[in-house]
Amino acid sequence: MPRWFYQLASPRWCYQITGRLLPGFSIVALLLLLGGTVWALAFAPADYQQGNSFRIIYLHVPSAILAQSCYMLMAVAGAIGLIWKMKVADMVAKSCAPIGATMAVLALLTGAIWGKPTWGSWWVWDARLTSMLILFFLYLGVMALNSAIESESTAAQASAVLALVGLVNIPIIKYSVEWWNTLHQPATFKLTEKPAMPAEMWLPLLVMVIGFYCFFAVSLMMRLRNEILRRERRSGWVRDLLLSK
Amino acid sequence: MSFDSFSEFLSMGGHGLYVWLSYALGLMLILINLVGPLRAGKRLQAQLTRRLLREKNR
Repeated sequence: MPRWFYQLASPRWCYQITGRLLPGFSIVALLLLLGGTVWALAFAPADYQQGNSFRIIYLHVPSAILAQSCYMLMAVAGAIGLIWKMKVADMVAKSCAPIGATMAVLALLTGAIWGKPTWGSWWVWDARLTSMLILFFLYLGVMALNSAIESESTAAQASAVLALVGLVNIPIIKYSVEWWNTLHQPATFKLTEKPAMPAEMWLPLLVMVIGFYCFFAVSLMMRLRNEILRRERRSGWVRDLLLSK
Repeated sequence: MSFDSFSEFLSMGGHGLYVWLSYALGLMLILINLVGPLRAGKRLQAQLTRRLLREKNR
């Protein structure tokens, strides 16, 4: 195993490195989200069919992308915790769940609000929407397991197994718009093709997506640091850190 | 600018309610994810420090 792997496994090292990274990520997240929002609301052109309701895309797509990336990180961290018994990985997995849950809620709610003027309905039991709702329930399940089981390591194992089983939902979300007939439009960003919308429309979206990822990093690091302090409260370095303040 | 006046910006071509409701929700959920851990962290640190001081003085 390379050296960084062992460093990542050290709660103390993680606490220090996240403390150094947090200010930078916070500033970048703030700038990107503020700039992206102003660009999205005031400067991006209106859609010729949907008019200005189209501006909801600048929240809907980033939150949906983040909800899925966050889930994959949670499952991978959970697996690392299961296999190598790495405590920090368990803490990362646990910290991901509440952020992912709120992002899934945001994607679902903005989708519903966007659906009303566009499709004429707040909700349809369509493959994309239903699989996204299941993603939200998976997050709730992981959070419930984490809080219901007293032993930290058993809670981490149980929620990691649930997260890994639920991983099957991620490709279903991704391909739901291709496998089934759906009202939902296909993906905006694809790795292999240029976006179907003009640059004035997708550039602010890209800014928002990166901004959401930075916000995610900030929120995750904050939660992770709390979790590290709580679980390492009996170790010498936490004692020294708290008493030196 | 894709709007001529501030009132046009607010009305979003009749979709104002939908657009502004979405952005209000977005702001709220992002803030929850930042303020929540910030306050939890302050509370936790205060609690742990109190306990450490109590043990030290015993």
